[in-house]
Amino acid sequence: MKQKLPLTSAILTNRFERRTFVLGMAQASVGVLLATRLAYLAIFENDKYKAASESNRVNLSLIPPRRGWVLDRNGAALASNRADFRVDVIPDRLVNPDDTLSKLSGLLGLTADKVSDIKDKLDKVRGFQPVEVAAKLDWDKFAAVSVRLPEMPGVIPQRGYSRYYPTGPSVGHLVGYVGPASAEDYEREHNPLLITPGFKIGKDGLEKHFETRLRGVPGARRVEATATGRVVRDLGTREDVPGQPIQLTILGGLQDYAARRIGLESGSVVVMDCATGDVLAMVSMPCYDPNSFSDGIGRIEWKMLSEDDHVPLRNKVLRGLYPPGSTVKPLVALSFLEAGLDPKASVNCAGGLRVGNRVFHCWNHHGHGQTDMLKGIYQSCDVYFYHFAQQIGMDKIAAMARRLGLGQEFPMPYPGQSYGTVPDPAWKLRKYHKEWAIYDTVNATIGQGYMLVNPLQQATMVSRIASGLQLTPRLMLDKHAAPPPSMGFAQEHLDLIHAAMNEVVNGRGTAGKARIPIDGVLMAGKTGTAQVVGLQHGNGKNVEWKRRDHGHFICFAPFDKPRYACAVAIEHGGGSPSAYPIARDVMTYLFDPAKAMAALEELEKGWGGNVQQRMAARYNTFAAQYGASAPRAPDEAQASQVVEDENKPPAAPAAPQTDAAPPAPEPDAPQPQPTPSPASGGTQAGGAAPNGGQ
Amino acid sequence: MRRAYVPTGLSRQPWGVLLPLLMLVCFGGAVLYSAAGGHFQPWALMHVARFFVFLTMAMVLARVPQDWFRRAALPLYGLLCVLLVLVELIGGIGGGSQRWLNLGFMTLQPSELMKPGIVLVLAWFYSVLPTGETRSWRAVAPATGLLGFPAAFVMLQPDLGTALAICFGGVVVMFLAGLPLRWFLGAGGAGAVIAPLAFFFALHDYQRKRVLVFMDPESDPLGSGYHITQSKIAIGSGGFLGKGFGNGSQSHLDYLPEAHTDFVFATMAEEWGMLGGLFVLLVFGLIMRWGLKVAMNAPDRFSRLLAAGMTATIFFYACINMMMVMGLAPVVGIPLPFLSHGGSSMMTNMICIGTIMAVDRWSRRSSTGLS
Repeated sequence: MKQKLPLTSAILTNRFERRTFVLGMAQASVGVLLATRLAYLAIFENDKYKAASESNRVNLSLIPPRRGWVLDRNGAALASNRADFRVDVIPDRLVNPDDTLSKLSGLLGLTADKVSDIKDKLDKVRGFQPVEVAAKLDWDKFAAVSVRLPEMPGVIPQRGYSRYYPTGPSVGHLVGYVGPASAEDYEREHNPLLITPGFKIGKDGLEKHFETRLRGVPGARRVEATATGRVVRDLGTREDVPGQPIQLTILGGLQDYAARRIGLESGSVVVMDCATGDVLAMVSMPCYDPNSFSDGIGRIEWKMLSEDDHVPLRNKVLRGLYPPGSTVKPLVALSFLEAGLDPKASVNCAGGLRVGNRVFHCWNHHGHGQTDMLKGIYQSCDVYFYHFAQQIGMDKIAAMARRLGLGQEFPMPYPGQSYGTVPDPAWKLRKYHKEWAIYDTVNATIGQGYMLVNPLQQATMVSRIASGLQLTPRLMLDKHAAPPPSMGFAQEHLDLIHAAMNEVVNGRGTAGKARIPIDGVLMAGKTGTAQVVGLQHGNGKNVEWKRRDHGHFICFAPFDKPRYACAVAIEHGGGSPSAYPIARDVMTYLFDPAKAMAALEELEKGWGGNVQQRMAARYNTFAAQYGASAPRAPDEAQASQVVEDENKPPAAPAAPQTDAAPPAPEPDAPQPQPTPSPASGGTQAGGAAPNGGQ
Repeated sequence: MRRAYVPTGLSRQPWGVLLPLLMLVCFGGAVLYSAAGGHFQPWALMHVARFFVFLTMAMVLARVPQDWFRRAALPLYGLLCVLLVLVELIGGIGGGSQRWLNLGFMTLQPSELMKPGIVLVLAWFYSVLPTGETRSWRAVAPATGLLGFPAAFVMLQPDLGTALAICFGGVVVMFLAGLPLRWFLGAGGAGAVIAPLAFFFALHDYQRKRVLVFMDPESDPLGSGYHITQSKIAIGSGGFLGKGFGNGSQSHLDYLPEAHTDFVFATMAEEWGMLGGLFVLLVFGLIMRWGLKVAMNAPDRFSRLLAAGMTATIFFYACINMMMVMGLAPVVGIPLPFLSHGGSSMMTNMICIGTIMAVDRWSRRSSTGLS
């Protein structure tokens, strides 16, 4: 063991001095370390940190591009943009959401249901997705929010553009609507534009289909901003590039007129140009208002729309499938002519026809007497068609139906169409593994049974019959399109059908009230009444709305030189009298807008105002009744899903209405002949044994 | 050195420290002026004014005889310990970490005063410890107690930064007092073992998070890592010459948190660049060198340990703060002496300076007395 020296104060002093030196050295080396680190940060990593500091300092905020306009064929706007002031909140940046919301609702005067809507959305959206609080603000409210920004982090007031549909519900199904991008949209595209407050993408219809064309290129504003987002100064702005417009074949005025003219009914109107196939109007009513849909769907509006049995969310032109009823008779007659049937060939209608061991009734069970093709069409005699359809055969009729557009899908800028069914023996075998029966033919010739069409097909059918041209409905205006080829029908066949259809309106037919009030313009048409439920449920007239007959009317004018073709389908209208007055007025509008408008305004007085006024009144009723207690509205994604589902084709009818006995007579139909009630359909089904198709 | 045309009272002043201090404080005032967006209010003016108030206090402290220091050491220490306990008892109402007592006219932070206090009491302890006992347990056990009690209470508050500062000051005094080196090595080894354990069991969640984020600031760029990241951006973007006086975007646009207190070095480096940083390092070097020189020249064991301990306390502040803002240490709330805005730290640091000045004065008096 080494002997320890006794410690003296001299040793300790010496030790102190040595250790102080060590401490000094340690301090110096820390100094050197710090200097080195400083040099590393400031010199070697200077570029990196300079960039980081620059990206802190400069705040690039995107300016949502103005959306391309949707124009009608004359260049009038169906969808435009208008400048407005708006306020959004970004959930991630909210410090105290409840407090901020209550401040905002005080400043902006928000109602309780609106506040609940916003709270729902705040709960639902991802933190980075801006939520609209209010749009279309006046300057005072906008300024009131702007000056209080420092106490409300996460609130973003801005001036921008919002989508505007001048005619509102009239173009809802045609154009679609816009809305904030969903989280899925953002994940798919990862474009910061999608989460820029105020930016909206197409959610439905043309707005969705032409999204890339309509969107445009965002502008950008470079500002120097503090960490909390307060703008210190502007560094420069790049203007946005507005989206490209799209021009439709639609005639804006006609579209709006037709939408208003449908009135309280649930139905659709399609008008086509007989020379080109241009769709001049494509209306499905009732409809949501795309203006308020684009602002976000509120709970009251959603309740109002989803509870409406007139299915305002469904585009009935493309997605509504109906038995066409007697509107197929010109088509069937044309197939007879093509098959070589002499139009003079006649059959005696005694009110019914025995097929096998069953009696199929004519709608007029008093009978039409001796009936040839002309009379068969204008009087809509069922027995004539029962008789000759058996003779000619279903295959010929089905081929003609397809040739004229039934059962076909047309190239339209929408996510899909319900194209329905043109039944024939092969189809039935494939679908039901059953042999075609004679009563199937009988049903099909009067547009009942398995046959299902949509209104666009009906319009195409009548336009092809009217023009003899192979017209395809076209929505996008194309002035250089090649003229459509001929259908290859014999002119005298067409003339005969045209004459018969003219007789329907202007002669001894079933729709005398459809005559248009313009001298020198004669409209040709064909009525149709389609049963919805079996005759055992009543006569399709004085029953609950859901069980009433559908009303159809197809027409074209002028009859001798067809320019416009039109198809009207009214759901549960109680038969064709619900349809042809609408067709008459819509066609009148094409020739004399003022006269048509006068008639409409008279009608609207009885309906409680125009579409917007009625919707506003209904909204107020709902708001007063439910207020904020209405169930929450779905978010945009769910809502557009519902709209989509609404527009899916219904499953093939499980039990197609195969009652050959056509619907009941139309009491207000004109009676140009002594024989009673010459409407498109209608046995008083009383004694008629329903043709048990199933 | 004495020149005939300079009055004695003036030339006697310890200019070796006063000049660097003045430069540092004025520089700090300029940085604070810029951080306030080109205004003397609310920081720059107050900063400089406070310095002169505390400088006067330090001058007064410098004239206190050594005997008073010795006598006051233990009672002062006891008083501070009582205050620390009071902080726990009375101050606990405020919720979270309670570090001060409200005296009505000012808020008193006893843990701040404990930093020079621990140096004073340990210097006194080793000066009265018989020389021969330095190797025995009697040299370390009471000292550990004296150090451990306040450090533990400050930890309880919880204030990791101040607790570390107190420990650092105390350990440096013990080291310089000549305790056997192997004890420090042993304690260091034990610390290496205990540190990970303490990390998982003793630290508060927010402290643990700070350490973790320090290891990888980018892991939490908007949370706790935000401070370090923004501070590094400020320093790194300054480059060699800086962005120029008044042009610091990081501080002016509020990206830099605590731009006028804990992160004032970053505020400075952004505008003055690496050059400004080297200047600050150099001035601190001068102050440290002065403090250690005073300690080396001190006449006796007590004053030696006192001066060196006080120097170490200032050093610890500066070193930890600058390491923190440059991303070399976790974020602990320690301001940069003489640059950061804040009364408490200015007072502590000026007490240290005043004490060293007093030691300087004693050594001059004794040397003149001898010669």
